[in-house]
Amino acid sequence: MRRKATATGVRASALPTARWRPLEIVFWLLPVAAYFLFPRYLTLGSQIFIAGLFALSLDLIMGYARIISLGHAAFFGIGAYTAGLLARYGWGEPVSGLAAAAAVAAVVGLLTSFLVVRGQDLTRLMVTLGIGLMLYEAANQASSITGGVDGLSGVEMNKLFGLFAFGLSGKTAYWYCLGVLFIVFCFARTLVRSPFGLSLRGIREGERRMPAIGVSVHRKLIAIYTIGAGIAGVAGALLAQTTQFVGIDSLGFPRSAELLIMLVLGGAGYLYGALVGAATFMLLQDYLSNLSAVYWQFWLGLSLVLLVLFARGGLIGGTLGLRRRMMGKRT
Amino acid sequence: MIGNLIGVLFDGIAYGSLLFVISIGLSVTMGLMNFVNLAHGAFAMLGGYVCVVLMTRLGVPFLASLPVAFAAAALAGAALERTLYRRLYQATHLDQVLFSIGLVFMSIAGATYVFGSQQQPVQLPALLRGQVRLLGIDFGSYRLFLIAVVIAVTLALTWLIERTRFGAAIRASVDNQQASAGLGINVYRVFSLTFALGSGLAGLGGGLGIDVLGLDPTFPLKYMVYFLLVVAVGGAGTIKGPLIAALLLGVFDVAGKYYAPQIGSFIIYVAMVVMLLIFPRGLVGRRA
Repeated sequence: MRRKATATGVRASALPTARWRPLEIVFWLLPVAAYFLFPRYLTLGSQIFIAGLFALSLDLIMGYARIISLGHAAFFGIGAYTAGLLARYGWGEPVSGLAAAAAVAAVVGLLTSFLVVRGQDLTRLMVTLGIGLMLYEAANQASSITGGVDGLSGVEMNKLFGLFAFGLSGKTAYWYCLGVLFIVFCFARTLVRSPFGLSLRGIREGERRMPAIGVSVHRKLIAIYTIGAGIAGVAGALLAQTTQFVGIDSLGFPRSAELLIMLVLGGAGYLYGALVGAATFMLLQDYLSNLSAVYWQFWLGLSLVLLVLFARGGLIGGTLGLRRRMMGKRT
Repeated sequence: MIGNLIGVLFDGIAYGSLLFVISIGLSVTMGLMNFVNLAHGAFAMLGGYVCVVLMTRLGVPFLASLPVAFAAAALAGAALERTLYRRLYQATHLDQVLFSIGLVFMSIAGATYVFGSQQQPVQLPALLRGQVRLLGIDFGSYRLFLIAVVIAVTLALTWLIERTRFGAAIRASVDNQQASAGLGINVYRVFSLTFALGSGLAGLGGGLGIDVLGLDPTFPLKYMVYFLLVVAVGGAGTIKGPLIAALLLGVFDVAGKYYAPQIGSFIIYVAMVVMLLIFPRGLVGRRA
């Protein structure tokens, strides 16, 4: 039942048309409108963009290549520490900092990808989890460099393009994060519509058959894992640069788990699902954890259980399914 | 120096024994129904809290509270298996992972709500508190007791699985579900019972482990990796594999924390990744 649902879902959206649909344009105008409508919530806005970018990176490797990762925060943390350390030791230029973070995270992603793509689900799960925990321990022990559990402070950023300072108002950070998110999203959108993206979907649908038509499964998985790691690094770097602080929790398992929740909440394998899920998650978290942190965790767990039992495909998948059903009835 | 080494080895074996009792149920869940259950530690935590409540509020002695912990966790396991887990046997591993992470979060929040976030105290009986001197080396009595419990549990489980009709049904279901169902074995009932048994053992382990592992609401998350590691490295669906893996893990963990406290847990994770790459099916692969 599940398999069939994904197969038809892919067919409906897999035709590689590069044209932007009206709904997509409306979607991207929302954050612009939010800037003017909610000027007091700009910091939360930046956080949502960062979470969205991070979820997007996981969507590429999990939604499109079906590699379950429990340690994706590793790359987020690497990016955050790279950008944070660069800025702390004098290189405060933001854009090159992002590029450096992406490069470092991608290299680590490439190196670990050889370990990850070898096994099956359970092995992958354990290996990604293990790599994440290893990095957490490493960052914890190397407290002279990373600040350990106290976090890395003293991150000072230069003006963006030499013009816009990262002030307390959060205006620069808002546009900076939104801009980076949009650029990376366009890249991902092109990527999944390219022949490379289609072969990834082929691997997702039938991993054993792909070699028969001349696709090197391992090489494709390594490539997408590396790209996903790099994008996660960018997200981490954005967080470090805009909050001017890197906490060790940016590497921790809870962050990887929250990320999975965001992606599943929105719906994996649509790109937009990652953004919708991240926004929903962050808004709910902002609202509910103000009431009580413990309650928040409870509702988080409950919603996850309910999502798996009743709403596979998340918000986007559910909406598409509903629309398809209505369209089916009409014809 | 030698005495030190033996002491570390002994502590490690005791620690590993505890991990084995808790994890063995997970081995069944993963081996028999191919279900990745990250929430296994929640049953252990439940057992731990049952022990604490019985001891501190009702004045039940420690040893008498252990069977209750077993029963409570087994009941909870059976109930959850019937209502929730069963729906997800055919689901993808991703769904199972998400579902069980959700359960973990709920159990943490629930335990924090009821018991608060502090560590729970445990009062061991006088008999188990001291040291026993053997061949000039001191052994903690409680750790000796742990090892004895594990030997008893292992023997009982081996007997159950190797010698009884129910055990034969388990082995048959592990090897080939469809053929067993065709032979008239009620595979789902077998699994319900084994799931309850596994949860019960986790609960027992949770009660036994309060003194060694500690008990607070983050327990299921803190030790999740260890339980998974025991099963994934040992080989799901067997008894021998997890036993070896748990003892190895226990010894290495204690030795690492004793001799190289700076990088102790780091070494464990490196070892885990290396082991998984060398033995993707676990040390004792079920289908070689």
